[in-house]
Amino acid sequence: MSETILSLKGVEKIFGSFRALGPVDLDVSAGERLGIIGPNGAGKTTLINCITGVYAPDKGSVHFQGRDISRIEAHKRARLGISRSFQIPRPFTGMTVLENLLVPLDYCHVDGSKAERAHAVLASVGLSGRTADASETLSQLELRKLELARALVGNPKVLIADEAMAGLSDEEIDEVLEILFALNRSGVAVIMIEHIMHAVMRFSQRIVCFETGRLIATGTSAEIADNPLVQKVYFGE
Amino acid sequence: MLAQGPIMLSIDILVNALVTGILLGSVYAALALGLAITFGILHIPNIAHPTLVIAGAFFVYTLAQWGVDPILAALVGLVPFYLLGVALYLFYSRLFERRGGANVLQSLTLFFGLSLVIEILLALSFGSELKSVNVFYIGSSLRLGILTIPYRLLIPALLAPVMIGAVWLYLSRTNTGTAIRAVAHEERALSIAGLNPASIKRHAFGIATATAVVAGAALIMVGPIEPFSGRFQIGRVFAIVVLAGMGSIPGSLVIAIVIGISEALVSSYLNPSWSPGVAFAILLLGLALRPQGLFGAAR
Amino acid sequence: MTKNSILFLVGIAIVLVLGFLMPWVLKNPFYFFVGYVVLQYVTIATGWNILGGYAGYINFGAAGFFGAGVYLSAFLFTTLGLPLPLCILAAAIFGAVLGLLMGYLTLRIQGVYFAIATLGLVVVLETIVHNIPALGGASGMAVYGPRQPFWSPGPSQFNFTVMLIIAAAAVTLARFVEISWIGRGLRAVRASEDAAECSGVPTLRLKLLACALSGAVLAAAGAPYPFYTSYMEPVTAFSLIIGLNAIAMPLIGGTRSWVGPVLGALLLASVQQIATVTISSELNILFVGLVLIAFVAFAPGGLAELFGRKQRRARS
Repeated sequence: MSETILSLKGVEKIFGSFRALGPVDLDVSAGERLGIIGPNGAGKTTLINCITGVYAPDKGSVHFQGRDISRIEAHKRARLGISRSFQIPRPFTGMTVLENLLVPLDYCHVDGSKAERAHAVLASVGLSGRTADASETLSQLELRKLELARALVGNPKVLIADEAMAGLSDEEIDEVLEILFALNRSGVAVIMIEHIMHAVMRFSQRIVCFETGRLIATGTSAEIADNPLVQKVYFGE
Repeated sequence: MLAQGPIMLSIDILVNALVTGILLGSVYAALALGLAITFGILHIPNIAHPTLVIAGAFFVYTLAQWGVDPILAALVGLVPFYLLGVALYLFYSRLFERRGGANVLQSLTLFFGLSLVIEILLALSFGSELKSVNVFYIGSSLRLGILTIPYRLLIPALLAPVMIGAVWLYLSRTNTGTAIRAVAHEERALSIAGLNPASIKRHAFGIATATAVVAGAALIMVGPIEPFSGRFQIGRVFAIVVLAGMGSIPGSLVIAIVIGISEALVSSYLNPSWSPGVAFAILLLGLALRPQGLFGAAR
Repeated sequence: MTKNSILFLVGIAIVLVLGFLMPWVLKNPFYFFVGYVVLQYVTIATGWNILGGYAGYINFGAAGFFGAGVYLSAFLFTTLGLPLPLCILAAAIFGAVLGLLMGYLTLRIQGVYFAIATLGLVVVLETIVHNIPALGGASGMAVYGPRQPFWSPGPSQFNFTVMLIIAAAAVTLARFVEISWIGRGLRAVRASEDAAECSGVPTLRLKLLACALSGAVLAAAGAPYPFYTSYMEPVTAFSLIIGLNAIAMPLIGGTRSWVGPVLGALLLASVQQIATVTISSELNILFVGLVLIAFVAFAPGGLAELFGRKQRRARS
């Protein structure tokens, strides 16, 4: 394994008296494909929010490339190279597809021509034909692609794909997976949060399983599939 | 401008200010009750609520001109105001909720426009002069030692908790009440349980608007009003609902009394002309100091 | 600079030159007296739209900013004898500070609280003015403005030209914000604050910037007002119709680009100025209120979008 790029140490998040997450220790290597699974309410979304900076953790720390980023704002983390896509696509309505990508390009410092970069990324996700269209006119699959394109246009080092495939058909899932594999081949670590098991099993080199805010299992796809704790979470006794 | 002479913390001024503040707070809580339902529970930013209260006050005023008792007039007004609320909600939801969720900017603008239209219609029908009601039981004052309480404040202040208590019991003890409290968060669950979320919201909006006529009766008994009096209530009612924790009715009574006392103290020791700004200052401070708490509550 | 920007600046320059020349051609001062109000609303609508339109944060307190500009400018002029341009500049800075303050206190939470806070702003500022005798208190005070300079034939014409310069500056500022990275960031905020933040947009700082710019323009719009009316009083400085028009004009014209507020203000303010002769100010508010509701309900994109759609349909 290569060097650790993202590291969570004893991260906890508590809302009132409800412990939503933690304590969690988790390391992500540069260029890794990590899957995160767990039932609803397991703390996956809280985990993402602690990594991307929506919340500051109540305890513990988040390190990125060796630097403690626990207290810095979300947009600065995005500029450092932590990017995410949203479970429910949040296109910048009122803008064209191309303009959607220009937002991160305006604010994350990327070398070279912004327009060229945007067109290249749109081509890589298969949205070349729709650059000038209003984002309101996209189909569900196209919205997912736009979501990913916007997340990766700023050259992130880590991409968090939050249920990027929910509600898609099998062929569409393959398409999205292919985009994520290609991104990973270029050296970007991809963290996939997903309920679609066959997709996450196929994609991930390593899978971690969460339940009630805690990390209960870690392993390869095969190990996770056989893990009794995971089976208990998903299938009951 | 400071009050003339040395500021004396004389005990009778203080006691009178405190009691006046508590009674005012009770009336403010009645004004805020409808908003606690529409904004606090349903998350509909109904900034027209204070204007609806003024409309309620004019309804009571009109009946009082024919010799109807103001409290009785308020009870008579419950049904038409409930229906008005239902109509408002239908208008609102036809426009926005069908479009896929209300956009805050648009709904705020809509209620802002509605509130102005109501104000102008009131001004055109009643004129812009101050209007008040007079009944035998709100003429004089109750004297208890150093304490002087005008009945025109005491009676509305006693009327308000009755209404607030009734609504609170309805919301916390009945099935429909529970459904109203759940509707903003558990829309899907309600549909599964066979309840229609749209009709629950419509009903809740109707109740909220019905409270406006009682609050209006309380307000016009306390002092004279004119069609644009609502603007001075906006700061108060939103401060109450937001700081109480959205939708908490007992909490809103507490905050309302805090605001009432603050205003009464400012009026007594500084100058009554400063009191319109007090509630707003409290709201701003509250928003600035506890943004996380409010954010959490608003979810 | 793009071709469009050059065309825009040339257009602004032509309008300004016309504004200086017109008073010598059109002799009746009444036109300039009325034109002043129309331009004032162009400025107000444009200023409001920087925050309300681009970022989607609604400000109900435009009259508060406007009134603050009125009072500060009159105070500086009458007591300190500052020259008019400095009074306008000071009003703009004051408006920016007021905007920053409001934003700082309320923008860290959801937009709805910002809107509610602005509802109270007018009440608070009016309360303050009522309690300061030096500002004339509730009854107001007379203000004697500067004499018109040699290049202007009369006071109405001079006020008109001053307002035209402010309006031109406001529209230029709004257009700059719109086409720059600031505007793109604000539009992203309007669409989805979370997604904007995760795309590297410093949402809080951008919103504060928009608050400050919007506040500055709104207060600058009020700065020449005491000299225009020769009198200032809380009722007119913090007038309800200003707050209403500030919202209605951009929404009617269209909030997405600088054209919308200008269009909406020219249209609505002209109608209001023509109608004031025949209808009461109450009917005026009723009319604007109903038009506002109609647009929010049936044409949320405003006239700009209605025309745009028609054009697109014609093309395809």
